[in-house]
Amino acid sequence: MPELAPANRIPEPATTGRYFVRFTRAQRWMHAVLFSTFLGLAATGLPMRFSESFWARKFASGVGGFGAILFFHKFCAIALTVAFLIHVKDIFQRGLVNREKGIFWGPTSMVANWKDAKDLFGHMRWFLGLGPKPKFERYAYWEKFDYWAVFWGMIVIGFSGYAMWFAPFFAHFLPGWALNAVLIIHSEEGLLAILFIFAIHFVNTHLRPDSFPMDMVIFTGVESEEEFQHKRPLEYQRMAAEGKLSPRLGQAPPIWLLNFSRVVGYAAIFIGLLLLVLTLSAYFS
Amino acid sequence: MTVAARKKLQLFVRIASIAACLAVPSLASHSLSAQDCLTCHGDSNMTDSAGHSIAVDGQKFASSIHGSLQCINCHTDIKAYPHPDNIAPVDCKTCHADQADQLKGSVHADGKDHPCTSCHGVAHYIFPKTDARSAVYPLNVPKTCGQCHSNNGMAGKHGLPSVYPNYIDSIHGFALSKEGLLVAANCQSCHGSHHILSRKDPQSPTYKSNVPKTCGACHAKIDADYEQGIHGKAIAKGDLNAPVCTDCHTAHAILQPTEAAFRMQSTPICGNCHKEKFSTYRDTFHSQLGSLGGYVETARCWDCHQAHDVRPASDPSSPINQANLVITCGRCHSGANLSFVQYQPHANAHDRKLSPGLFYVRLFMNLLLASVLTFFMIHTILWLIRSRYQQVKSSPRRAGNGTGKPANGGTNAAKGDNNA
Repeated sequence: MPELAPANRIPEPATTGRYFVRFTRAQRWMHAVLFSTFLGLAATGLPMRFSESFWARKFASGVGGFGAILFFHKFCAIALTVAFLIHVKDIFQRGLVNREKGIFWGPTSMVANWKDAKDLFGHMRWFLGLGPKPKFERYAYWEKFDYWAVFWGMIVIGFSGYAMWFAPFFAHFLPGWALNAVLIIHSEEGLLAILFIFAIHFVNTHLRPDSFPMDMVIFTGVESEEEFQHKRPLEYQRMAAEGKLSPRLGQAPPIWLLNFSRVVGYAAIFIGLLLLVLTLSAYFS
Repeated sequence: MTVAARKKLQLFVRIASIAACLAVPSLASHSLSAQDCLTCHGDSNMTDSAGHSIAVDGQKFASSIHGSLQCINCHTDIKAYPHPDNIAPVDCKTCHADQADQLKGSVHADGKDHPCTSCHGVAHYIFPKTDARSAVYPLNVPKTCGQCHSNNGMAGKHGLPSVYPNYIDSIHGFALSKEGLLVAANCQSCHGSHHILSRKDPQSPTYKSNVPKTCGACHAKIDADYEQGIHGKAIAKGDLNAPVCTDCHTAHAILQPTEAAFRMQSTPICGNCHKEKFSTYRDTFHSQLGSLGGYVETARCWDCHQAHDVRPASDPSSPINQANLVITCGRCHSGANLSFVQYQPHANAHDRKLSPGLFYVRLFMNLLLASVLTFFMIHTILWLIRSRYQQVKSSPRRAGNGTGKPANGGTNAAKGDNNA
C-alpha cells in the first residue's frame, strides 16, 4: 500500500522545523468567538431544555435563577449572531466584491464537490481495511460538514430563537402553530448541535489519535510541515507544485501562545464533555 | 338556628349563669371566703403530698375572669376547714353547660386531661379571650393548640397531624405571629372552638364542601368568584372530586400566592386531576422556564384560566375564550395579536390529528437528529479504531530499529512521503 500515509503524530527525528499558516488571525478569532458563545449557549440552553433534571434547577438557582440564564443565553446569542453576520459579509466581500478565487468553488472552497463524496467513501473503505487512505485537500469532507452544520444550525437555531424572543412581532408573518414549532425546532436543533460538537467534532478534530489531545492549529494558526504533509498531502503537493509554499511559511508558535491555547482548549473540551454527560444523563432518564 | 339567634342565646345563658354564680357566695357567706383559703394557699411554696404545687396567686386570681368568685363556688366539695386531702376535680359544666355540651360531641370529647384547662390554661388564671393573657386570645391560640398538634411527640402518640409548624410558617401564621393581626385566621377561625368536628363529618366547617364557606367568612369576594367557577359549581352539585380552597392552597401551610414558592409548587397540584393538560403544558416554554425558578412570571395554570372563577373556554366570560385571548395573553406578551394567540399552550406534538404541522416538524427534527448522529457515531468510532490500529502498527518500528517486523512498503512510502 504505497499510498498509505503514516498515522503517527510522534515527530520525525529529522523535522524540517518549518511551520505553515493554515488559519488567519481573523479565522482563529472567529473560532474563539464561536466556541465560547456556543459553550455559553449550550450551558444556558441545556438547563432550559431539561428543566426538570436534577442539575438544571441546581445550576439555575446557583447562577441567579432562570432570569440570569436567559439573559446570558440572549447575550451569547447576540454575540454569535454578530460573528455570523460578519462572516457572511466577509465571504461575500471576498467572493463577489474582491473577486477572490476559490471562495465558492475549487479545492480551497467550503462548498462540497465530487471529490468529497469520493473521499467519504474512500475513507470508509480505509476504516474497514478495504482500500488506501484518501489524500485530503485543504478542507476534508468532515470539516466541510462541520462548517455547513454550523452554518445551517446558525440559521435554524437563530431564526427560531429570535422568533421566540420576539414572538408577538414574528406572529405578524407566522401562523399560530409556528410559535409552537419554533420551540421544538430550536431545542431539537440545539440538542443536535450540542451532541454533534461535543461528541463528533471533538473526536474528529481534536481527540483522534492523529491530533490527540488537541489540534492546536485553530489556536496558533500554524502547523508543522510534517503535520501539514501528513494530514493534507494533496494540498501540500498542490502548494509545492504551484510554488506557493514559501508565502505560507509562518513562525513557530511562541510557548505562551501554546500554553494559553492549551488552557483555553482543554477548558472548552472539559466543559463540553461535562455538558455532554449531563445531556445524555437527562435525555435517558 | 341562625348564628345571630345562637349568639343571643349564648349571651343570655352566660349572663344567667354568672348571675347564678354570683348569687351563690351570698348564700354561703358564712362559710369560707377566698381570703380564708389564701391564708394557706397564698404561700407560693405550698405543695400537696405528691409534690404538685397547690399555691394560688391571689392577686392574679382576683384579676382573672373568675376573680369575683369564691374558691368554694368551684371547689364545691369543700364546706369547711380543715377540708379532706383528696378533693374532687372542678366541674366547669355547672356554669358552662353550653360549652360542655358542645365539647361532648366534638373530637376532644374523650380527652383524658381536664377538657377545659387544656385549652384555657391554668384554672385559677383564666382570662377573657380578648385579654392578651388568655390562652385563647387570638395571638395565643396557635400555641395553645400546638401544645398537642405539633411535632412534639404528643401529636405522634395520638396519631394527630403535626399542623402547628405548617400553620406558623403560613401566610396566616405569619400575619398572626409577626404582624399580630387579630383578624388573621387562627385555628379556631376555621375549626371552631368547643364543637370541633372531624373534617369527615358533614357538619364540620372543614368538611370538603363546607370549606369554601369557611374560608369565605373572611375571603368573601374570592368565595363569590369561586362559586361562579366550574369547580365551585361542581362542589355545589355535590361532586366532591372538584377542588376546594384547601386542595390548591393546602389547609395549614398556605403561602402568599404571588410568592415564588407557591407559584413553583402549585402547577402540579392542578396536574393531579388535569393530567393530560399538565403533561402537554410541561412540553412548552412556559413550563420549562417556570420549573427553573427565579422567573416566577411565566404563565401557570391560573394565569390564563383564572384561579377561582375557572370557566370552560366555551364560556364567553372565560379568559381563555377565543374572543378574550388577545387580552389574556397580552397581560404578559405586550403586542399580542390575533395570530399570536393561535399559539397552543397545550400543544401535543405527538398528536397528528390535533396539530399536524407540529407533528411533522417534530418528526423531521427527530429523524434529522437520529440520522446525523447515528451516521457520524459509526463514522467516528470506525475512524478511531482504524487510526489507533495504524498508529500502534507503525510505532515500534519508528521507536527502535530492528525490534519490530521488517519494514514493509507502507513505512517506506511514509518515509518517502515525509522526506519529499
